[in-house]
Amino acid sequence: MPFSTLLLMALRSLWRNKSRSILTMLGVIIGVGSVILLVAIGNGLKQYVTDQFEQFGANSIYVAPGELFGDSGGGFSSNDQVTALLSNTLRYEDVLEIRRMREYISDASGMAMNSAEVTYKKASEKPTILGVNASYSVISNTKTDVGNFFTEIDEEKKSQVAVLGYNIAQDLFGSVDPIGKTILIKNRPFKVVGVAEEKGGGFGGPSFDDYIYMPITSSFQLFDSKIVVRIVAAAKGDDTQSAITAIEEYFLKRLKEDEFSVFKQDEILKVIDQILGALTAGLGGIAAISLVVGGIGIMNIMLVSVTERTREIGLRKALGATPTVILTQFLIESVVLSVSGGLIGVGFAYLIAIVLDQFLPTAVTLGAVMLAFGVSAAVGIIFGVYPARKASQLSPIEALRYE
Amino acid sequence: MSAPLLELNDVSKIYSIGDETLYALCHVSMKIFEGEFVAIVGPSGSGKSTFLHVASLLDKPTEGIIKIKGKEVTEYSEAETARLRNREIGFVFQQFNLLPKTSALENVLLPLIYTGTSEHERIRRSKEKLEEVGLGDRLKNTPAQLSGGQQQRVAIARALVTEPAIIFADEPTGNLDSKSGQEIVKMIIRLNNSGKTVVLVTHDNSLAQIAKRVVKVADGKIVSDELTKWGKADSKIYKQWPAWQTKQSKHTDGDCDYAVLREDD
Repeated sequence: MPFSTLLLMALRSLWRNKSRSILTMLGVIIGVGSVILLVAIGNGLKQYVTDQFEQFGANSIYVAPGELFGDSGGGFSSNDQVTALLSNTLRYEDVLEIRRMREYISDASGMAMNSAEVTYKKASEKPTILGVNASYSVISNTKTDVGNFFTEIDEEKKSQVAVLGYNIAQDLFGSVDPIGKTILIKNRPFKVVGVAEEKGGGFGGPSFDDYIYMPITSSFQLFDSKIVVRIVAAAKGDDTQSAITAIEEYFLKRLKEDEFSVFKQDEILKVIDQILGALTAGLGGIAAISLVVGGIGIMNIMLVSVTERTREIGLRKALGATPTVILTQFLIESVVLSVSGGLIGVGFAYLIAIVLDQFLPTAVTLGAVMLAFGVSAAVGIIFGVYPARKASQLSPIEALRYE
Repeated sequence: MSAPLLELNDVSKIYSIGDETLYALCHVSMKIFEGEFVAIVGPSGSGKSTFLHVASLLDKPTEGIIKIKGKEVTEYSEAETARLRNREIGFVFQQFNLLPKTSALENVLLPLIYTGTSEHERIRRSKEKLEEVGLGDRLKNTPAQLSGGQQQRVAIARALVTEPAIIFADEPTGNLDSKSGQEIVKMIIRLNNSGKTVVLVTHDNSLAQIAKRVVKVADGKIVSDELTKWGKADSKIYKQWPAWQTKQSKHTDGDCDYAVLREDD
């Protein structure tokens, strides 16, 4: 008998038992969907964090208070950082000194971080205010959408000017052009000179799009605090290592080895990669469990459904179905269930990933799709065929008598 | 004289339980010719169901030879046997055995799928058979939407759709009320009158009297083989009758330890 007839018969049989078919597919859908989704979240996080650091050039160097990659943990040990911040380890003079290392450093910027009430007319927000040097725009690759970044002259004059992050500009001004408008930061008037390009991201904390940039000198004055939380520098050429050594030598004159950290982008990326790699693997592991559970679900339902259909198999055999025909019908049924369940699972994961991307960075990878789909299809087919094979070998009498 | 449609030659069905060997069928020989209407009668556990299973090729005999249209089929593979059942044998079961949630039409055309008939032809022939059993207006109904009698009529249409040489009916009225049962009985008689060979298996002696020939089974053996009044009246088919009659088994009573088996009913 032609394969198309068998295929049609199998499809009709699935259609007639819609709820059973849907239940079987559900196992595959959930298994496949969760694997793809969890791996996508892991990968998305990794990509996001990496991107955040990669927007600073490959030759950028960071100076942070405290010991970031110390022996105690090797990660970002926050206690040390807090202590270091409070003890005001980094000073603005350090920025100026590092700038003077012309041999190694092309430019440097300090970073001061504060938070304050910002209002424009009736709109009011409380964003993070980042005090930076004018050179920050080049080092961090922060371009303006409209207007310009503030200049070194603004820095010297402690001008009351601000550059808005993309989101904060939207929040405060909506459709109004913010350039030249005056906003109140801590009740002091600041003129908006630029709006930064959209940088995206922003899960679990503010993104650069939510920041307001102002000259670091103005920020010192406004907040009456000279705390520098980071220094970002761009090394001259590719010799980042010599620049790091020079900066370290400079700080060692004043500070102990564990009171500051100098590192380059690669090192951060490496650590982040490690942490998030472990995270992805962990999520993948959880997802793999759900895939196994899904697989067992498929096996269960296939076993039950074949057992439940023993009489039907007996009847079909009595009416002239050969064992091969029976086996083929069940094979087609389980392939159709597993594959369509897998496809729906992929589709669902994709849709959820798109929705989730609004809040959490996600990246659906082909590898995860193939793995999840392959495993579920294999499980469905194997566990569908095994009971079917047993059933196809039953004598029609035994099968017909089955209750 | 042409070869019998179905011939059982010294057929036994033996079950081994532990050390014991139990005979469900004990050296049964019998011939059934074209156009006959044979009733196999026996009480529960007599071996009549085993006889039905073995004779209709649903089960293999342990010993002996079965011939269909003169051709030995005992050594056929399972696939060959399935194809033979499909072409030559129609089944009507006590439990109807229709596929649930499946329309009458699709139930009837099921055997034709395995025959390899084209879809157009399948539907045409199935409709024809359903009209023959008076269900031409119920093609789309599923078994759940049909009465027991109607379900059994669908099963009869299904048994007929491949134009088999022989129809086996196993307690066809066993699950029906007497009125529906009567209808089914009439339908089976009409079938035989139109030339179909019918084998009716039942425990009901009075029902068996609708047949032309009654074969009584007890303890796995044929104990009698007689014509009814209908058989005696049918001189056309039974003109050579005594030659067809099953002779007393040459085996003595002690030969087979009889096993009481679970029957379908």
